[in-house]
Amino acid sequence: MKTVEYQTIVDAVAKLCIDGNYYLGEDVMNAFKKGLENEVSPTGKDILKQLIENAEIAANEQVPMCQDCGVGVVFLEIGQDVKIEGGYINDAITEGVIKGYADGYLRKSMCDPFTRKNTGNNAPAIIHTEIVPGDKLKITVAPKGGGSENMSAIAMMAPSAGIEGVKKFIIERVRQAGPNPCPPLLLGIGIGGNFEKSAILAKRALLREIGETSPIPEVAELEKELLEKTNKLGVGPAGLGGKTTVLNVAIEYHPCHIASFPVAVNINCHAARHKSIEF
Amino acid sequence: MATKYLTPPLTDEALADLKIGDLVYLSGTIYTGRDAAHKRLVDLLNAGEELPVDLQGQVIYYVGPSPAKPGNPIGSAGPTTSYRMDAYAPTLIAKKGLKGMIGKGLRNADVKKAITEDKAVYFGATGGAAALIAKCIKEAEVVAYPELGPEAIRKLRVENLPVTVINDIYGDDLYEEGVKQYNEE
Repeated sequence: MKTVEYQTIVDAVAKLCIDGNYYLGEDVMNAFKKGLENEVSPTGKDILKQLIENAEIAANEQVPMCQDCGVGVVFLEIGQDVKIEGGYINDAITEGVIKGYADGYLRKSMCDPFTRKNTGNNAPAIIHTEIVPGDKLKITVAPKGGGSENMSAIAMMAPSAGIEGVKKFIIERVRQAGPNPCPPLLLGIGIGGNFEKSAILAKRALLREIGETSPIPEVAELEKELLEKTNKLGVGPAGLGGKTTVLNVAIEYHPCHIASFPVAVNINCHAARHKSIEF
Repeated sequence: MATKYLTPPLTDEALADLKIGDLVYLSGTIYTGRDAAHKRLVDLLNAGEELPVDLQGQVIYYVGPSPAKPGNPIGSAGPTTSYRMDAYAPTLIAKKGLKGMIGKGLRNADVKKAITEDKAVYFGATGGAAALIAKCIKEAEVVAYPELGPEAIRKLRVENLPVTVINDIYGDDLYEEGVKQYNEE
């Protein structure tokens, strides 16, 4: 049995919050550069150059790449042979988020839904926990901004809608979202499961590296087709027109009820942030 | 698509000269405000009370900056999505002479109507380019609602803040035109 200390988790989560907001993933940076090569719109090219420069400034000066430092979304994979010592793991994560958002000069965005009063410390985190075999503890922090989360959607489709129905739903969602979610986008899609499972699959799909395809050939084919089709919409960088609308499409797939066909799309802005640590 | 340099307050003559796609470098004083601050301003107007800032000819930047690191005037400061201010913007334009808005994303029909009829302009700043945009902000001071934290109204001094005209007084919309030009379906 492995033991992980409460304070170790606090410090790790704090660092992941800060690093996630300061340092854009290399895969996203490379996708910007590839987009810049392929983009035909002069304005689109200019926006992509701004995004590259922005990411460089954030990393060099250690400031958040986006002022919306997001909700502290945390994915936990806890090996069943791991023991957390010194306190409750969710408390450690909350403490880590509070510490990270304070120490890193990150914006606190959590508030009461009705009164809109800010909680003041970005707590509570939103924690998704999975118990897995073995004795490893993996923590992923994926700060998520409000602008792109607001453009996300779920559809409980009729099974007769089929794969064409999925394509139509996703493409129309990207078209309607237009400039709002800060394109170029990353699309995380959950197909199957049930209402809540499809949504969590969609969010989890956003943790994939850009270019990493589904192991299921038909699903990988759909990822490719959706990437091509959404990039024909003309939305472009910042929604000002162009060919670079979506940088990546990642689909997670799961069996569903015979009566159901749930599809969820979680839209991520170009500030696609996630950092992990494993103990 | 011209390049222009403007300093608020914005006059109707200056607005008449702006067309969608123009790149405008703003300098001087602008104000920040987003959801909560807009609600408070419009609630004050509806109650017949005075606003804490004079908006005549002014520009509001829809932004909730991250906290400033020691030595910096402000943290990262990119635009937030503008449609959440659609319920309030026409009132501020019509009743208080607000002339400019900076944000990102689509506006509704009421805002576009207010822009053409009451003469105003909607500028887009690059969403997510928050560390880059912060370089143009030289001073920041909270002037109302400090309890709102990132949503407080701030007075900013900016130098050559780059924004693009999205909706002009002639009723044109750069988002619609841009997408039309590059759509390949």
